[in-house]
Amino acid sequence: MLFKRLGYTDRIMIVAIYVFLILLSFTALYPFWNTLIVSLNEGLDTAKGGVTFWPRAFTLSNYSTVFADDKLLNAFMITILRTVIGTISAIFMTTMLAYGMSKSYLIGRKFFTIFFIVTMYFGGGLIPTFLLIKSLGLMNNFLVFIIPGLISVWNMIIFRTFFKSLPAGLEESAQIDGCSNWGVYLKIILPLSGPVIATLGLFTAIAHWNDWFAPTIYITNQDLMPVQTVLRRLLNANLFNEASGNSTGTINSLTLETASKKSLTSKSLISATIMVVSLPIIAVYPFVQKYFVKGVMVGSLKE
Amino acid sequence: MSQVTAKEHYSSIPPKRRSVNEKSFFQRLWKQMDIQLMVWPGVLLIFIFAYIPMYGVLTGFMDYNIFTGANIFENPWVGFKHFEDFFNAPQFWTIMRNTIVISLLKLLVGFPAPILLAMMLNEVRHRNFKRVIQSITYLPYFMSWVIVGSIVMSLLSTENGSVNMLLKGIGAIDESINFLSMKDYFWAILVSTNVWKDIGFNSIIFMAAIAGVNPSLYEAAEIDGASRFKQMYLITIPTIMPIIIIFMILAMGSLLSAGFEDILILAQNPSLRPVSDVIDTYVYRVGLQNQRYDFGVAVGLFRAVVSVMLLTIANYLARRTGNSLW
Repeated sequence: MLFKRLGYTDRIMIVAIYVFLILLSFTALYPFWNTLIVSLNEGLDTAKGGVTFWPRAFTLSNYSTVFADDKLLNAFMITILRTVIGTISAIFMTTMLAYGMSKSYLIGRKFFTIFFIVTMYFGGGLIPTFLLIKSLGLMNNFLVFIIPGLISVWNMIIFRTFFKSLPAGLEESAQIDGCSNWGVYLKIILPLSGPVIATLGLFTAIAHWNDWFAPTIYITNQDLMPVQTVLRRLLNANLFNEASGNSTGTINSLTLETASKKSLTSKSLISATIMVVSLPIIAVYPFVQKYFVKGVMVGSLKE
Repeated sequence: MSQVTAKEHYSSIPPKRRSVNEKSFFQRLWKQMDIQLMVWPGVLLIFIFAYIPMYGVLTGFMDYNIFTGANIFENPWVGFKHFEDFFNAPQFWTIMRNTIVISLLKLLVGFPAPILLAMMLNEVRHRNFKRVIQSITYLPYFMSWVIVGSIVMSLLSTENGSVNMLLKGIGAIDESINFLSMKDYFWAILVSTNVWKDIGFNSIIFMAAIAGVNPSLYEAAEIDGASRFKQMYLITIPTIMPIIIIFMILAMGSLLSAGFEDILILAQNPSLRPVSDVIDTYVYRVGLQNQRYDFGVAVGLFRAVVSVMLLTIANYLARRTGNSLW
């Protein structure tokens, strides 16, 4: 529709909508951009104020400090490990369960379905789960990141619906050729489910990458802390400094020992850490966006 | 014609043949053992991590000794003592008020916002422009609350935070305001951060609903000379109203979930507690951090029971409106 053909009020409305959408995108993007710029600017220079859209005193020292810090690097490794292992094992376990549940002749199928659905509405809550994890000996154990999240009932239902929609002929002909159920699952069902696995796998991976709360209650050992939790501790330390009027000062040496030598400020170091933590998501984001959107649609079809 | 009763009919079949057709339960189970083995690990995991905590809820009715082992029944029963303690706690009304006010504010602002965004995006005819706007507005949704919180803190910081710089620049304030330590601003900051984070992603579902509107409705309206604004108001909104109502009612079911991670991250300053403490954060602080497990479980259970009641009512309402199309 041509702009010229529109009436007077419509023109105002369309212009207002475009202006509003641009402003909204600006507010969505500016915080990340500003953090990026602060992370690329010299800390003491940032402290003078006025750094907004462009670096004034460009430096990479904030990043080199972050990457030189053994504790942060270790935290990154933990996050990467838990994301990779956690996602792969969770998708494997959940699809396996979903494949079994998709068989109409499965004995006890009705019972199992109710058994799983109930947990979507009721749960024990924070403290009973905490006490359970404690009595299982999963405190300060890397497996606490993996095992409790192996089965997602929601994902299982989506997978099951998808598996049921696959043509039954494929499975039958494989079985006639002597393929067992395990063979069908591994060689036919999984390869055919690429897009669904990609979608739900991405959501699972993001949840692993972003999880900061579970480690704060289940992990006390520094060496097992994922990077989001470490970042939160840095922020707390910084907040404490700011409260005592010391935010332009150097960061709490407990976490970043080299900071004081290079006259870096906590703000610039935190910005660099934020960028490093969110960069993987920003980097893969353009390529996987269509899967995210698909994921919402898959989820909503279930309702 | 001889009448054959069912009993006679079955007894006339030789016993051997029957056993071939109707295998025993265990034989059938054995034959599908491969499939059963795919299901059991999941059942076991869900039993451990979902059902055992449900049974752990019983500690809310006990005086729990933190040194008890796996058998919680070593602890003495105390009935509703912890529930009464919570209802009589000095913070009880503050916490209930904060919980309900915060979740109502989130609903009031956070619910219409993505619908409006979807309607605005629907008016955009430049496909690339639309795609860029969508990509940008979805992005914050995928960031953790730690990152969002730290970015918000940095923006609102008194030391060269962008917001204070902007307000000083346009002359609205003379002195920097420490937004995150003042009670007056907390609800606004919390709600707007939530809207900022979720608006784009939550608009997807409404975009899909709008895309499903029959285009001939718009064409007919255009021939009749309806303006774009009128089309929006008279066609788009009424057609997507059923889905709006259903989402609205389901959102009411979570009235006692005012948020948890966002509040933990944004309200680190203890002076904010009179406005920031909600049931979930209270359970975490008093129950877990102060190790009053039994009390925390009781408070959590209270929340869960009310939530299930609300959800049941909401579901009932959703079903009723689902039948009566707008």
